[in-house]
Amino acid sequence: MQFGQSIQTKLSGLIAAIAVGSLALLPVAAHAKTNEKEPMEVHFSFEGPFGRFDQAELQRGYKVYAEVCSACHSMNLVSYRDLAAPGGPFYDPKHPVAPAQSPYAKAIAEQYKVPDIDPDTGDTIQRTATPADHFKAPFANDAAARAANGGALPPDLSVMARAREGGPAYIYSLLLGYEEPPKGLTVPAGKYYNPYMAGDMGSYWTGAKTQIPEGGFIAMGKQITASRVQFDDKTPSTVENEAHAVATFLAWTADEHQVERKQTGLAVMLYLFVFTLITYLSYRRIWRNVAH
Amino acid sequence: MSGHSTYEPKTGFERWLDVRLPIIRMAKDTAIDFPTPKNLNYWWTFGGILAVCLVIQIVTGVVLAMHYVANSAMAFNSVEHIMRDVNHGWMIRYIHANGASMFFLAVYMHILRGMYYGSYKAPREVLWLLGCVIYLLMMATGFMGYVLPWGQMSYYGAVVITNLFSAFDKVIPGVGTAITTWLWGGFAVDNATLNRFFSLHFLLPFMIAGVVGLHIWALHVPGNNNPVGVEVKSKEDTVPFHPYYTVKDGFAILVFLLLFSWFVFFAPEAMGHADNQVPANPLATPTHIVPEWYFLPFYAILRAVPDKLFGVLGMFGAIAMLFALPWLDTSKVKSMRYRPTARWFFFLFVAATIGLGWCGGKLPDDVVLPVGRDAVTGEATGFTVVMLSQTLAIYYFAYFLVILPALGLFEKTLPVPENISTPVLPKGGAAMPSGAAASPEKKG
Ligand code: HEC
Ligand code: HEM
Repeated sequence: MQFGQSIQTKLSGLIAAIAVGSLALLPVAAHAKTNEKEPMEVHFSFEGPFGRFDQAELQRGYKVYAEVCSACHSMNLVSYRDLAAPGGPFYDPKHPVAPAQSPYAKAIAEQYKVPDIDPDTGDTIQRTATPADHFKAPFANDAAARAANGGALPPDLSVMARAREGGPAYIYSLLLGYEEPPKGLTVPAGKYYNPYMAGDMGSYWTGAKTQIPEGGFIAMGKQITASRVQFDDKTPSTVENEAHAVATFLAWTADEHQVERKQTGLAVMLYLFVFTLITYLSYRRIWRNVAH
Repeated sequence: MSGHSTYEPKTGFERWLDVRLPIIRMAKDTAIDFPTPKNLNYWWTFGGILAVCLVIQIVTGVVLAMHYVANSAMAFNSVEHIMRDVNHGWMIRYIHANGASMFFLAVYMHILRGMYYGSYKAPREVLWLLGCVIYLLMMATGFMGYVLPWGQMSYYGAVVITNLFSAFDKVIPGVGTAITTWLWGGFAVDNATLNRFFSLHFLLPFMIAGVVGLHIWALHVPGNNNPVGVEVKSKEDTVPFHPYYTVKDGFAILVFLLLFSWFVFFAPEAMGHADNQVPANPLATPTHIVPEWYFLPFYAILRAVPDKLFGVLGMFGAIAMLFALPWLDTSKVKSMRYRPTARWFFFLFVAATIGLGWCGGKLPDDVVLPVGRDAVTGEATGFTVVMLSQTLAIYYFAYFLVILPALGLFEKTLPVPENISTPVLPKGGAAMPSGAAASPEKKG
């Protein structure tokens, strides 16, 4: 490449960089209707390409879900056998191929009764769940769920960690974020103030319009309290440990194959990298006699 | 350039086939021997990259379609079923979803390459137009594909875009509404809409493949343009496509796949939107409806115009500019390397388009440059996203309609080299050691 050309290539790169950079720097006074707080700075073992789920924490998180959240929230996309699949909370290398055969999955499923139809009589019955069944939902339908929750529908938690900006950090922050509503804010009946929740509180605020507090109202009361769940591995039942564990568990239910995905990814990247290198060397060799 | 075939059938079978269906001859002439300018840079590798993208989308798409259920009550869960229960379904789905973004990334590079080096000029207008048709089909395919998982953004994206056509009620009352009803297959975006979108999303990529065939045909008649924009004059200006460009394109494709894989395996949701993980709910409109990133510049142009009908016309007009480009640019010089003024307007055009994309992702009333405060509400006032979009949109159109037509008449261009080999060689000497191009693999 000639001197002039390469200067020009660099210049065009520089210009593009400046253009993009200056756009990013534009002072943005975003005045969206909602202004919730950014999720707390909280770290998880599964962050980054090398991060992995902590299996003990997944088990603790399952316990928080089973003992607390499952009273209101369904988890329709997850089945009991998933718990024992590779990467799951109760995976046991002794039962690698068929998670449905796992004694853990069987033992957990057997604690639940799920609705079914009796094949002989056609009557609706309740039978013991099997590992292939999806998590038993707390309510028969959405209307029943609303009726029991003051009109609000507790959303299904299967993909919750993917369905909110911030994911597990958001869930953690929301669960621990409950605080006294600021003076001047009228909280409607059956609702709670939470600075991490999105919402428009303008009409409930008596103070200056420029000082509407961060956050919104949520129809779920504070669920995570100290010693709410006794962990089997003697981890102290602090609010932080409980919230962190359930956020981890929900990150797994939303992304069951995460560990497999990252492991495959490392192998793919390594393969591609070596292949790219070899191709580059071939390129240099093939073109070595051609001025271009 | 095409025409003089060098293929000589060697075996009896090849000779037999060659007089009946000269398909081996065609393959050899177009993919092996094809004389290609020797000065193509990496911007020319995006064509090969795009072909790879199309194949990846079709292969993963066909497999997804084996498990996907196009029904408004089951679509969302069927995609989740693919992600959880189908063997490697998560990988196939993430390749397909991120593949759409990578496809658009590549097509934008490819289009900008053409705009900078004047690849749309004679004798390549038909080649350029076919490229524009591919891009249009890609947009339709990408839009309808995004509707299939039937999340909140899928649903409301479909509502917003299909509703645009109701603007034509202003031209002839009733016509716009009739068009939307026809598009929906009913009186709202619903199951019928989802089903037809699936059908078309399955069909269009194969139509794209057909137009790609024509695109390559139209490429092989005049041959490639190149960074200096001077047509090939002699054999010294070219090298055979194989092995020179198979290896160069191969290298670029692998680098591209590295980036692609990084997204698929380590940041698969980075280009997605959290709201699309919530099943579609016609009763709960999301606070902020945004299309995928690759539509954002056009979305910004749509919202920049206060009048809905003219907004829609502006949005489609922005794409129409690309089709008209060969007849808007009046300059005889192809490559902007030798157009010092046009070059800067081009870079500004790229910046304006990126700026429009940024605007498309923001709320229209967001303030970009605060000037004062509203007396009543106390909210910041000043230069808003809409105003910025308007400014940038005016530049976008001016680039095509005013700057390029006028510049060609007034611009003082730099001297254009005699031929491709001159600017490439150290002292404009002999093109290359004889025989180097013909059989590089035998040397050393
Ligand atoms: C007493 C019933 C109840 C229990 C127990 C409960 N929730 Fe909720 N939850 C709700 C209701 C009702 C909503 C809907 C709130 C709304 O829409 O305002 C909700 C909403 C949520 C949301 C969504 C908030 C948003 O951004 O929209 C999350 C996340 C959540 N719950 C997590 C949990 C977790 C984790 C647990 C267990 C630790 C839990 N919930 C236990 C009733 C409950
Ligand atoms: C031009 C090529 C193509 C493009 C740009 C494209 C784009 C897309 C996009 C953006 C999605 C939504 C992804 C998501 O967020 O989940 C999607 C989904 C889908 N596509 Fe394609 N696609 C292409 C080709 C195909 C083909 C050829 C088929 C089938 C033969 C196909 C079948 C599907 C199916 C079944 C889905 C729904 C599953 C899902 O959402 O992941 N696609 N496509």
